[in-house]
Amino acid sequence: MQRNDDYLQRRVHLAPLTDEELKDHFWELAKQLVEPLVELADTHTSPSVERSVLLRMGFSSMEAKEIVQHCEEQGLLGKGAGHAVWRLAALEKIDYREAGLQLGKGQGWEKLAQFWAKGGA
Amino acid sequence: MILNHEDKISLEAILTDLQTYRPKRKGWTWRKPHATGKIGPFTYKQTSESLQASGGLPASKYFNSIDPQPDCVITTEIASGRFEDDIRRMRMAAWHGADHLMVIRTAGQSHFDGLIEGTPEGVGGVPITRKQLRATRKALDYIEEEVGRPINFHSYVSGVAGPEVAVLFSEEGVNGAHQDPQYNVLYRNINMYRSFVDAAVAKKMMATSGMAQIDGAHNANATAREAWKVMPELMVQHAINCQYSVMAGMPKDKICLSTVPPTAPPAPCISLDLPYAVALRQLFKGYRFRAQMNTKYMESCTREVTTTHVLNTLLSRLTSADIQSTITPDEGRNVPWHYNNIHGVNTAKQTLLGLDGIMDYVTLNFDGPLGEKVRELKERACLFMEEIVASGGYFTAVSQGFFVDSGFYPERGGDGIARQMNGGVGAGTIVPRDKDYMAPVCDHFGYNKLPADCSVTEPCNLIDGCTLCHSEKIQWIDELDPEDNVYERLAQNETERKEGLLRPEVQWHGDGIVCMTMFLPAAERVAEFAAKDIAERLGLEDVEVIHKQAMHPSEGALIEVKGKVPFGIDPAKLVIPPLVEPLSEEAIRQYVSENKLKIVAATVGEDEHSVGLKEILDIKHGGIEKFGIECNYLGTSVSVEKLADAAVEIGADAILASAIISHSDIHRINMRRLHQYCQEKGIRQDLIVVCGGTQITNEMAKEEGMDAGFGRGTKGVHVASFLVDQHRANKKG
Repeated sequence: MQRNDDYLQRRVHLAPLTDEELKDHFWELAKQLVEPLVELADTHTSPSVERSVLLRMGFSSMEAKEIVQHCEEQGLLGKGAGHAVWRLAALEKIDYREAGLQLGKGQGWEKLAQFWAKGGA
Repeated sequence: MILNHEDKISLEAILTDLQTYRPKRKGWTWRKPHATGKIGPFTYKQTSESLQASGGLPASKYFNSIDPQPDCVITTEIASGRFEDDIRRMRMAAWHGADHLMVIRTAGQSHFDGLIEGTPEGVGGVPITRKQLRATRKALDYIEEEVGRPINFHSYVSGVAGPEVAVLFSEEGVNGAHQDPQYNVLYRNINMYRSFVDAAVAKKMMATSGMAQIDGAHNANATAREAWKVMPELMVQHAINCQYSVMAGMPKDKICLSTVPPTAPPAPCISLDLPYAVALRQLFKGYRFRAQMNTKYMESCTREVTTTHVLNTLLSRLTSADIQSTITPDEGRNVPWHYNNIHGVNTAKQTLLGLDGIMDYVTLNFDGPLGEKVRELKERACLFMEEIVASGGYFTAVSQGFFVDSGFYPERGGDGIARQMNGGVGAGTIVPRDKDYMAPVCDHFGYNKLPADCSVTEPCNLIDGCTLCHSEKIQWIDELDPEDNVYERLAQNETERKEGLLRPEVQWHGDGIVCMTMFLPAAERVAEFAAKDIAERLGLEDVEVIHKQAMHPSEGALIEVKGKVPFGIDPAKLVIPPLVEPLSEEAIRQYVSENKLKIVAATVGEDEHSVGLKEILDIKHGGIEKFGIECNYLGTSVSVEKLADAAVEIGADAILASAIISHSDIHRINMRRLHQYCQEKGIRQDLIVVCGGTQITNEMAKEEGMDAGFGRGTKGVHVASFLVDQHRANKKG
């Protein structure tokens, strides 16, 4: 869109504001813009977010990549890749690192799918 | 390892046992104010604690060699492409006062969906990897002990692997990072939803480890056609990232706005840049300011760039800067930054020190155009955000090309960067978190539900602590590529490094590159090709012209070239005259009092320069008078004949001639004449005859018949010491 500078017409409602009021207005607008973005981040995850969780659990970048790829393929990213690892470890009563390495090789996903299909815990 | 500034840093030592190395500390560090401000003969208002070892400005030798450190953090950006070369540059920059070392990433890393491992070579920067970070942080841990000040290590948490990079940085003790989801969206065409989802997790992670964040708004400045018109939008971009960061859990004092003065001369900078700088600081009080330098209008003239940088730094002092960033003055000519990093750091240090306390002497006048323009900018920024809200929110606005438009908002040029909501790299990859979404780690941003069948209260307890709680859980990958790694690179030039062969360098260790400046009395285009030919005939390889500037359309042009020297120098084979240590002051005094030395001195020829010789003679300046030598000073523009005749008349033991002017080798001619005249008069063997001047060397003076020559940096004691030694030798002879 092209538009000429119509600042003088547009500013009419801002003119009576004190500097302090203008600053408050500025930050209220910023908050209004940002709140939906924060809400989106609060309720969503991504492959990179999940890989970052796996890194913090002590998996290498290459291991994390494998696990998240399988997790996406299984449609289970919304549970959390770290959750999948922890849950398999709990179900199988094995160390969680071992569980993660299995998931990275594509093993154990059926068990998780079954568990969550039943409603999980 | 303790670094001793007499020795080079050992890359081998840095690379040894890297797999177990842990950073000394984490989080960002601001400089600590100097307790009294009293440094050398001066009192400063805006300095921080001094360094224990550092390199001062060239002129510091006139001021008791003081090296005051300004109050703000000083940045240098490093981009060699090889981390092992980055480390040496960092050490040099830290030595000159940089404490924020920013490593540029290799081209394309922001589109890499995951982490890179090992130490492959980069383009325009280094691949940021765990090994590269750990080795660099380890080196910096030693370097900060050498200089005596914490060093902030910095890189980028952007691209499609932001959360992973943020974790990596937290684990490896990186202290600061660029993080701004808008940068991904606008300049890297990364999907907007993905970018914001990733950013919140990354920001929370950065906050947890105390890192400082720098936003990406300055890029609009460098991208827009007319950078000064983007000011309202820049304020909006800053606001979005600041507000988003606060809501993701970052404290305000770790959130830094990356601000750039939008113009450069010949624009009337103050009238545009100052209102903008003031408006920002008023609106964003409580946040921190990273003052970046203008690169938009950077050409290949390093003098011009340096002047713009000085003006930018003036603006920092007229307003404020928590971080003063620097760009190398050769960034605009693709000579990949080396010693010019140091020049950039010194430009900032020099300007900040020179302007120390300026606001005690001047005030900003808000009763004129400044006040009006500040208000107008704020209103234009508010109007911008009002229209984003009206359009349906941030994502809609981006898709409609609101950003990086060339108009001075509300003016619109219709040429903004528009991104599709469901387009870009990583589109369609975010998923909603289920009701039982869980991440078993602490400080994880967003919805996180602990499973009903567990007994812990903190997610991290499910796995007995994450890598940030227990660093031994971090997995170490050394190298993945058997050829493209640091060991192979070091091995390639190992023989040469062991032999100690010296080659000049600009980008990489011993790359052989030199820069050469020449003036040619021809039009620019002819001069350019002539210069290239000259450099090639001098034996340089891969010659490129890096700067050309007409001094006049037909009279001549200045040309700078770079090229590669195809040989190395063995320092062991160099003939280096030994440095002569002067006698002790006591020994000189003793000899002079026993032998009553007498000299006659003058500046010879048609030369009116008197300062240098007076410094050598005058007792006030520590000259030779103070040792009891009787000095007869004849003045300036004295003929060599008159000087020699006076020596006979007075019965002097020595003649001290000064020759500053060196056009047409007049300094050499005068030395020769003096020597010959003394010979003709039959007095040469009875007299010590020496000459000094800025262009004179000992070797040159001897060629022209003098007993010695004294160049730049000579003090009275050096001359007195020589006179005593020579007098003693002549007596014996």
